[in-house]
Amino acid sequence: MLALCTVLSALFYPDVPTLKHLFQFVLPEAMFNTLFLLVGVCGLSTIIGVLAAWLTTSCHFPWRGFFSWALFLPMAIPGYVMAFSLIGFFEYTGFLQSSLRNNGINTDFFPDIYSRGGVIFALSLVLYPYVYLLAKSAFKTQGVRCIEVGQSMGFSVRQSFFKVVLPMARPWIVGGMLLVMMETLADFGTVSVFNYDTLTTAIYKSWFGLYSLGSALQIAAISLLLVALLISVERWSRGAQRFSDNGEQRLSAVGFRLSGINKWFAFGFCSLVLLFSLILPVFQLLYWLVPTLTQQLSVPLWKYIEGSVLLASLSMFFVVCLALVLAFIARTKEGYDVKILTRLSTIGYAVPGTVLAVGIFVPISWLDRQFVALGAASPILQGSIIIMLLAYTARFMAVAYSPIESNFLRVTAQVDMAARSLGVSGFKLLKRVHVPMMRSGLFTALVLVFVDVIKELPITLMTRPFGINTLAIRVYEFTSEGLWERAALPALIIVLVGVLPVILLIKRADHD
Amino acid sequence: MYSIFGRAINRLVCAGVLLLLTSCGSSDSPPSVKKSAVTQSNSVQVTAPELVVYSSRAEHLIQPVFDLYTQQTGVEINFVTDKAGVLIERLKAEGAQSPADVFITVDAGTLGFAAANNLFQPLSSQLISSTVPAYLRDKNDLWTGLSLRARTIVYSTERVSTDQLSTYAALGDSQWAGKLCLRTSKKVYNQSLVAMLISEKGEESAESIVKNWVGNLAIAPTTNDTKLMQAILAGQCDVGLVNSYYFGRLQKEQADLPLALFWPNQNDSSSGVHVNVSGAGILKSSSNADLARDFINWLVSDAAQRIFAGVNQEYPVTETTAVDIQVASWGQFTQSAQPLSDAYKLQPAAVKLMDRVGYQ
Repeated sequence: MLALCTVLSALFYPDVPTLKHLFQFVLPEAMFNTLFLLVGVCGLSTIIGVLAAWLTTSCHFPWRGFFSWALFLPMAIPGYVMAFSLIGFFEYTGFLQSSLRNNGINTDFFPDIYSRGGVIFALSLVLYPYVYLLAKSAFKTQGVRCIEVGQSMGFSVRQSFFKVVLPMARPWIVGGMLLVMMETLADFGTVSVFNYDTLTTAIYKSWFGLYSLGSALQIAAISLLLVALLISVERWSRGAQRFSDNGEQRLSAVGFRLSGINKWFAFGFCSLVLLFSLILPVFQLLYWLVPTLTQQLSVPLWKYIEGSVLLASLSMFFVVCLALVLAFIARTKEGYDVKILTRLSTIGYAVPGTVLAVGIFVPISWLDRQFVALGAASPILQGSIIIMLLAYTARFMAVAYSPIESNFLRVTAQVDMAARSLGVSGFKLLKRVHVPMMRSGLFTALVLVFVDVIKELPITLMTRPFGINTLAIRVYEFTSEGLWERAALPALIIVLVGVLPVILLIKRADHD
Repeated sequence: MYSIFGRAINRLVCAGVLLLLTSCGSSDSPPSVKKSAVTQSNSVQVTAPELVVYSSRAEHLIQPVFDLYTQQTGVEINFVTDKAGVLIERLKAEGAQSPADVFITVDAGTLGFAAANNLFQPLSSQLISSTVPAYLRDKNDLWTGLSLRARTIVYSTERVSTDQLSTYAALGDSQWAGKLCLRTSKKVYNQSLVAMLISEKGEESAESIVKNWVGNLAIAPTTNDTKLMQAILAGQCDVGLVNSYYFGRLQKEQADLPLALFWPNQNDSSSGVHVNVSGAGILKSSSNADLARDFINWLVSDAAQRIFAGVNQEYPVTETTAVDIQVASWGQFTQSAQPLSDAYKLQPAAVKLMDRVGYQ
């Protein structure tokens, strides 16, 4: 909240000459590029995510069990790593085209990876797992009766999918889409590897190039308004519909048998997604790593792994606890101000990390100065882990909030009433009734925050205490010097460290 | 309205803390408790003097120098790295309470900007003013250069001969149509180069030069200097502009690299090769300015210069230090006489100019 106020307060101090220049030469293109990217990434990752979720949840085809969990894994790959490894593989001087040319094949026909399509492709490959995850949990918990209802109305299975199943899964899918769009709006790492100009790069340009933090924050405020608009449209269109579960037989328990061609289509689709989103980037990283392995291993990486894991674990508990409380309040308390408050607290996900970091750093430093003025020996908050946790909360509240909120939707209002009639209310209700019923949502939230913090860079860079280093920082140190090959090892470890909890998540989800 | 929010926030925070203590406390408190215990015992045992450095120069480039200093003097150096603009904003926010003593960064524009933000105190070092040439230092003694790099022309030795090359401006000639590669205008090195063009030739001529460059581009601007040289190697373009050490790094990996550096603007008395520095200054907030001064003095010593510049194949700032053999093999050149002190003033103008001509 504090961070957002700092960002929004900038609106009152316009830096007119800089803004005029930006509006004339930079913003029109940046705005267009951003919208194009939003639509493209959102569209592509939704198609991949929903289709993959439907196939792996409710249809039978070869290797379904394997794809069901493997398709989550790209979530562990940071956008910037995906970007530089895909570029390393596909660009003119990259592995693929060089190999082709060495074998006498002309590669002029090859589409340029440095293009709108390239950026959309890379971002969608790391972001579709959010849609996949949420859509999957919607399909899983959806009663089989949905399909039956559709069929009783004379629809085929395919028709009932579009007319009944999809609309019923809407809050989950839209929740995933919102995460994707917010992440896209906030992204700097990926687009800068492609040299693709968006609102975020315009923010950095006004800050670092034109020395105008004021106008940088104003552009940030514009993109915030964009998100606010998106969110309210979604809320408004959802209206008063309910999406509770009636405890009937689970859809996933039935499973549709696919016919010959469809079976192989499903298999091919999932393989292709996995090939581009996981196998190729990992291959490229290994390709860079192997020749320099001994040199790279000479530097002990333990402290980076330790730093990453420590920070991610601490912050996942912190953020998820706050998100749970927030979602509980939003559920139990009526009133417009509560709704606005919860919405606002999740909006930080759409703010570029660096902007958010500054937004939180400025008021905290001010607070520290007041402490010192009051007689504290040294600044209390700065350089402490608290400031990091607060910043992560501001940034990742949405990630934790979304699965928890969706899970709350599945808990019917009758449960609350029953509990209240038994004298269980207030936070007791949350602790004794809701938390046990929402294990899967909570666990999802924990894993998502963990993985996001492992990948996070700008906030970690700015707010970390001395001596704390993370893998993401290690990657940054090398990529900022153009040393992509040497960034391969820490990048691979990020992927590994992120993949483990994701696998846990899947195992657990299968268990339920 | 505010009070409703305020109460809600209060309740939230209380509830959050409570919940954290009850449900999560068991799992996350041990590491944090242990950690604070460790740092406390450290500060009791180790009374060695300590310096805090904020650096935008990458960790692997400063760590070896810091290690050597600690080894020689026993002074511990704590540092954080981040983007220069972020560190400057951080220092501004921290104000007098900042723990930092020294700010190290690359690019004269950034150093000038930090100085303009009133972050530095004068170096007041006899040693620095006598060993580092004046044009590599701030004219108000607020910062000094620590290593020197040249932004110059790189060309394919297979497709280009040196008599085709002359000046930065000439890269806009029609002979290079579709044969020029440039790095993105978002990189500060290009912003400083264009700022130099503006101060030498005026904004109008600078704009037409950069416009001609953009017209000659073979491919979209690359994201880093290494990519640019790879594009030349792959035949996508023939010439480009890079920082000398990126060339050095590639040459080290491949001795028979079919690329070479060319020093432009050598026959023009008012001009020369565009150079830039990495540098440092003592922060106003430093409670330990003498220690910080000792450290910076040491950084311009022969031994430190050999590592600080050498580890990244840059040029030392002191004339007495011998240049690395590989770096020396690229030949001697005349540097641009533009004082680096003022570079930051022109940087916004340079960025705007590049926006106007559509240089991405």
